[in-house]
Amino acid sequence: MRKNPDNRTALPFVLPFIAVYALLFVWPTLQMVWMSFTDSQLIVPGHFIGLDNYLYLFRDWRFGRAVANTVYFVLLTAIPSTLIGLMLAMIVVRLKGALQGLALAAFFLPYVLPVTTVTTIWDWMLGYPGGALQPVIALFAGQPVRVFRTVSWILPAVAVVTLWWTTGFNVLLFTAGLKSIPPELYEAARLDGAGRFRQFRAVTWPLIWPVTALILTIQLILQIKLFDQLYLYVGGGQVDATLVLVQYIYSLAFQKDQGGYAATVAVALFVIVVALSVLQFTALRARGRK
Amino acid sequence: MSGEALPLAAESRRLRLIRRLDLGGLLLSAAGLLLALLWAFPLYWSVMTTIIPHGASTGSLVGDLGQALGLYARVLFGTKIGLWYVNSIVTSTGVTVGVLAISATCGYALSQLDFAGRKLLWGGILASFMIPVQALIINHFFLINAMHLINSWLGVILPQLIAPVAVIVYKQFFDSVPRALREAALIDGASHWTLLWRVFLPLNWGITAALAIIVFIGAWNAFLWPFLAVTDESAMNISVGIAQARDMFGVGELAGAILAGLPVAVVYLIFQRKVTEAIVVSAGIKG
Repeated sequence: MRKNPDNRTALPFVLPFIAVYALLFVWPTLQMVWMSFTDSQLIVPGHFIGLDNYLYLFRDWRFGRAVANTVYFVLLTAIPSTLIGLMLAMIVVRLKGALQGLALAAFFLPYVLPVTTVTTIWDWMLGYPGGALQPVIALFAGQPVRVFRTVSWILPAVAVVTLWWTTGFNVLLFTAGLKSIPPELYEAARLDGAGRFRQFRAVTWPLIWPVTALILTIQLILQIKLFDQLYLYVGGGQVDATLVLVQYIYSLAFQKDQGGYAATVAVALFVIVVALSVLQFTALRARGRK
Repeated sequence: MSGEALPLAAESRRLRLIRRLDLGGLLLSAAGLLLALLWAFPLYWSVMTTIIPHGASTGSLVGDLGQALGLYARVLFGTKIGLWYVNSIVTSTGVTVGVLAISATCGYALSQLDFAGRKLLWGGILASFMIPVQALIINHFFLINAMHLINSWLGVILPQLIAPVAVIVYKQFFDSVPRALREAALIDGASHWTLLWRVFLPLNWGITAALAIIVFIGAWNAFLWPFLAVTDESAMNISVGIAQARDMFGVGELAGAILAGLPVAVVYLIFQRKVTEAIVVSAGIKG
């Protein structure tokens, strides 16, 4: 008996995937790590400079600001979108038949739109002094504000746009999670005289918690990678004030031609996301799933 | 005693009545519909703004629609949007076909074949589930540039083929195909290719369709990589093209944005259930 009887059969099945993976994931990752120890330009290889890039990372105020702004943005989006998603899903599952489909479509439709479509719509709604939502801004600020041009408003405004764009994804997952809770449990809780709030605390929350943990980590990983929306609003403008990690990588590599140092920042991002993925894996495991 | 029991009984009757009417539930449902409308408002408002810009209605519906038609025609024929549509369709289709082809075959091998390194491969795929491709932009650019594929369809497609989730989903679905079907076909002398193509894929067309739709939507919406890999205006996909043409045409900007999103919005509305299924399955909520 041979140990692996299907070796020759399996090769053509796995080769395309392995080739693509090796060329476009493994190799670029290794090269990124190597580049981070050099003073390369974007496409011109450089010299090995040891840990210089990494030591500079800790003295670089721009990197510090990029981390701080990224964390700020994640706080503004990940937890709110998870909570809003749960809230909306709990309302959606109550609706019957076609109404449910309609409401779900309304929440999810923004998620399938290209980022340019989303940012343009909100620029018109919120950015322009005559935008439909400027009265709301005026209510808070006392006067109309060009939110995508005013430094302290940019990240919160982009967060609002992002919430509108991506919360539908959470609504969808929460709705699926809520539907899988057996109705008998609610029945039993009602017979015990549990009100709406007690039902939520005793039945919904404990059973939906694993889904919540999953969605929260997906959100963390998603929002840490912020670039598209912010770039489309800020572009070449006041970049430093609202600098975030991916944007810093982009500007170092593609605008300042500092490939080596850009790779160092990329490694930092990579490490952060991998750490969060481990967190997600633990969350999945907590649900007793292999 | 009875003096206390009576209001209590009345109270519980009232409660039962409320429960039957479920006033609170009704209010919640109404609030839900209101929120859904609110959520859809920006879309409605944008479409309306392209029809009646700045509230300047022509006074008649026909007049307004004519004006809107003129606006959309100006955007369609005044920019390279036609070309961008073609680029988006070609690259998104390429990414979809590529991802599904390499994932279905690899998923089949992982599920049905016993080969050296199987555990390692599976572990690697699971471990890279959430890889941040954004961190790899520098080296993707380096690679695609070295292959002379900047400003080409293939250059846009290649880095987007990294989608380990599709392999994971295929493996899970292939795992649940009854063992007997496989044995019967193999005894009849069928090869594994025939088996995949004639048994495993046909049994799982549903998940293939669902995956195809979300991979296509994802590729259509990709921004960062297509933005880096293309510098020539005629090679841009629609999301990038519209972005760089933004300041050119006033309210036409909004019309362009709507045109860029229209195909994926329509695809979603037609295949709503498939999209939901794909999202739920690939996030691992069930399946």
